Amino acid sequence: MGDAGVGSAAPGDLPMSDVDLRKASTVKVARYRSGRLWFMATVLVAALVATPVLALIWQALRGSSGLWPHLLAYVLPQAFQQTTALLVGVGVLVTLLGTSTAWLVTAYDFPGRRFLEWALLLPLAVPTYIIAYVYLDLLHPIGLVQGALRVALGFTSPHEFRLPDIRSMGGCIVLLGFVLYPYVYLTTRAMFLTQAANLVEVSRTLGSGKGGVFWRVALPLARPAIAVGVSLALMEALNDIGASEFLGVKTLTVSVYTTWVTRSDLPGAAQIALAMLSLVVALVTTERWARRRQRYWSSAQKARSFTPHRLGTVSGLLVFALGLLPVFIGFIAPASYLVVEAWKRVRFAGLSPRLLLETLNTVTLSAMATLAILLFGMIIAYTARSLPGRVTAALQRISTVGYAMPGTVVAIGILLPVAALDQMIDRAALAWLGAPTGLLLIGSGAALGYAYVARFLAIAVGSVEAGFSRIPRSFDHAARSLGHNVTATFRQIHLPLSKPSLVAAGLLVFVDCMKELPATLLLRPLNFETLATHLYGEAARGTYEEASIAALAIVLVGTLPVAILARVGRWKA
Amino acid sequence: MHRSINDAGAPLTLEHISRSFGDTQALDDVSLSIAPGEIVCLVGQSGCGKSSLLRIIAGVDTADSGRILLNGIEIAGADSFVEPEDRNIGFMFQDYALFPHLTVEENVAFGLKRLSRREASARAAEVIARIGIQALSGRYPHTLSGGEQQRVALARALAPKPVILLMDEPFSNLDRGLRERVREETISTLRALGTTAILVTHDPEEALSVGDRVVLMQEGRVVQVGTGYDIYDHPNSLYVAEFLCPCNRLEGIYRDGRVETVLGSFPARLDLPEGGKAFACIRPQAVSLSGPEEGLPALVVNRSFLGEIEQLLVRIEGVADLLRLRTTSRIDVKPGEPIHLTVDPGGVLIFAAA
Repeated sequence: MGDAGVGSAAPGDLPMSDVDLRKASTVKVARYRSGRLWFMATVLVAALVATPVLALIWQALRGSSGLWPHLLAYVLPQAFQQTTALLVGVGVLVTLLGTSTAWLVTAYDFPGRRFLEWALLLPLAVPTYIIAYVYLDLLHPIGLVQGALRVALGFTSPHEFRLPDIRSMGGCIVLLGFVLYPYVYLTTRAMFLTQAANLVEVSRTLGSGKGGVFWRVALPLARPAIAVGVSLALMEALNDIGASEFLGVKTLTVSVYTTWVTRSDLPGAAQIALAMLSLVVALVTTERWARRRQRYWSSAQKARSFTPHRLGTVSGLLVFALGLLPVFIGFIAPASYLVVEAWKRVRFAGLSPRLLLETLNTVTLSAMATLAILLFGMIIAYTARSLPGRVTAALQRISTVGYAMPGTVVAIGILLPVAALDQMIDRAALAWLGAPTGLLLIGSGAALGYAYVARFLAIAVGSVEAGFSRIPRSFDHAARSLGHNVTATFRQIHLPLSKPSLVAAGLLVFVDCMKELPATLLLRPLNFETLATHLYGEAARGTYEEASIAALAIVLVGTLPVAILARVGRWKA
Repeated sequence: MHRSINDAGAPLTLEHISRSFGDTQALDDVSLSIAPGEIVCLVGQSGCGKSSLLRIIAGVDTADSGRILLNGIEIAGADSFVEPEDRNIGFMFQDYALFPHLTVEENVAFGLKRLSRREASARAAEVIARIGIQALSGRYPHTLSGGEQQRVALARALAPKPVILLMDEPFSNLDRGLRERVREETISTLRALGTTAILVTHDPEEALSVGDRVVLMQEGRVVQVGTGYDIYDHPNSLYVAEFLCPCNRLEGIYRDGRVETVLGSFPARLDLPEGGKAFACIRPQAVSLSGPEEGLPALVVNRSFLGEIEQLLVRIEGVADLLRLRTTSRIDVKPGEPIHLTVDPGGVLIFAAA
């Protein structure tokens, strides 16, 4: 057998296997030849996302010499104080609401529990600016609720009886809390379902009462999950521009916006934005820290489902009503209001062409941004998988920093380099083609698309990665050893096998783009309106016309990701 | 059948391969050459580096240093690296890695992209027929049994006529009964095709029964290479002896070319000073019962019936550990009863104490 020809290990009439091999090895090839394109693309995407932050820092350091003392003395302290108060208030409220509802549907069994499990997520579909818009009208001194209350209590005019004004810090905290608690509910319930079962049952057998179990076992156990949920909710609160502004709370985000738009002071706005980044860093640090603990827990123990305690009919109904309350305030009431108002408007005036155009604008822009974000997300996630290492891990982290950054901060960071680039293009076009292009990138909406990419790339990367993680590594290696390079392996294996999570990622990103308000307000082309900016405009003017239709559309589309999240939650269980 | 190894004609040559992950040295200066048509078994405990070595040969991981030659051509070295897709090395995975969205036929044809569509489907059909899985052609992997999946994985790896086939624990996912049958089938297919192969296993029995040569690894190093008979009969260290067969280890003293132990003295050629410490490694089947006039008195502690064989654990005066003996004949004794033992010197291996 020793005389068998080299490479003719298998008999047959096909070309000898070593022919291609010789060809390949005559070229001295670098290590990651076929992966180099992916790597370079990842570097580009990471640079794209990092640019706004760097630009912001650079701009803030350059400073506006005259304005900074003014900002430091009059704007920042108040804005910081208001923002802190808002974040603390919202933090406390979402912790209470999220944790208690999560415990209710996990530890107790009652009629309607299954329904409540996913219904508690519904307020996620209502953006902060819409809840504020709705309740401003509902709770107006001569609005529906107060009017009904007066009739019930026998008063005749708002002078005799009125509720505390919703346009206050307290009102803002309550409204934000009731749409943002699902972040805490989601993470905490997952923790209760997967982790607490064994420990809770053990402590029951050791003689702890039901209440004792919650305080002594479940709650400490869920602390990392609560921390993750709260940080996500607070990032949203920090990002909010509509609600705070409608309700008269002067947060940092609002200050950035007014400093830029009203005072046209970009460096000043950049400086406030940079101050906001310090809050963001604190939130991200909390979240990362908590996630590490959480990962430790989930790897340390095996998931087992939790056996809930069955309640009697009366107490069951009571608990159901209690659990339904946040859903009612955060979703059912505003959604019903919007349905009624939108219906009245359509019956009265039909759909204006303007609104249809805005819908088209919104969908087109969001769809294009979603495609780009998905593509970038796949590049990042696949590079991290196929070329694992410290460099790709760092690039991945850089490319996903945007999820924590408020839209206003991203917008300012993008405006600086993009405006400079626009001027360069304009001058070059004038010099070479004899015609100015104007603000090409901003005018075409490219700058806004860029903002969406920077802000929502993390969502895409996360979902795509989750999809990839279900594909065993051996598939990659098998495809490679069967003659397919990194790109072909992606096309033939990863793309078809992760299609469902790609669709889910696309949907999540699309809805977030559609709902986005702060960056859209700042970076949209002149006279370009989306559904969100339309609503903002009407609410800011105090006119209640077609905004209800726009808001209803946003809320309806927003329920789609809730359906996905509810399904994911059940998988975890 | 022992082959002489001629490096020039070797399908695969490994030179001084080292690889570390952080502080762990996964592979430490591994060199190996494989002859055409040879089936080599890489064996060792989990974590000994055998799977790392396979991954480095396939090119899905890279060595820190060392060189790999495939048919005499360098495919990995200080300044060269051929991508895994350009190596034409077959790889069979422990989990088979069959693509769930492709049929059996499409899976088998997956590695044939250099051929035209017609040629590829002809080649796939040929391999499918050779392995005897024509009936499964149109089915999807999740509808197949473990044994069927294994055969599809084999067909897929063989279809591109790889220079060498790497198999990572290819039988460990099968039930005991099925495992032996599939193993015999697989090996006879490889023999019939003259395929050069490296098979990784943690099971010493599998290694001894399958390979032309066995390469035994420990903590990233090759500790012994030889035919199954070679390394079983002449293990070069206590580790190898105990890995291949659980032994009774007895301490002894080296004197006059013999090692004296409680169970008698055994001839040995050791590089030890007179009075040096040595170990006698007594295989369980080398101990047998004898009449009371010869042999050592012992006390039965436990008797377990394992089907084909029977195992006794006995206590001997002056030996801390219980002695294990195995025999195919039935021994009618109960725990607590006294017996007498003799040791067959042919089943005793002597090593100098480290």
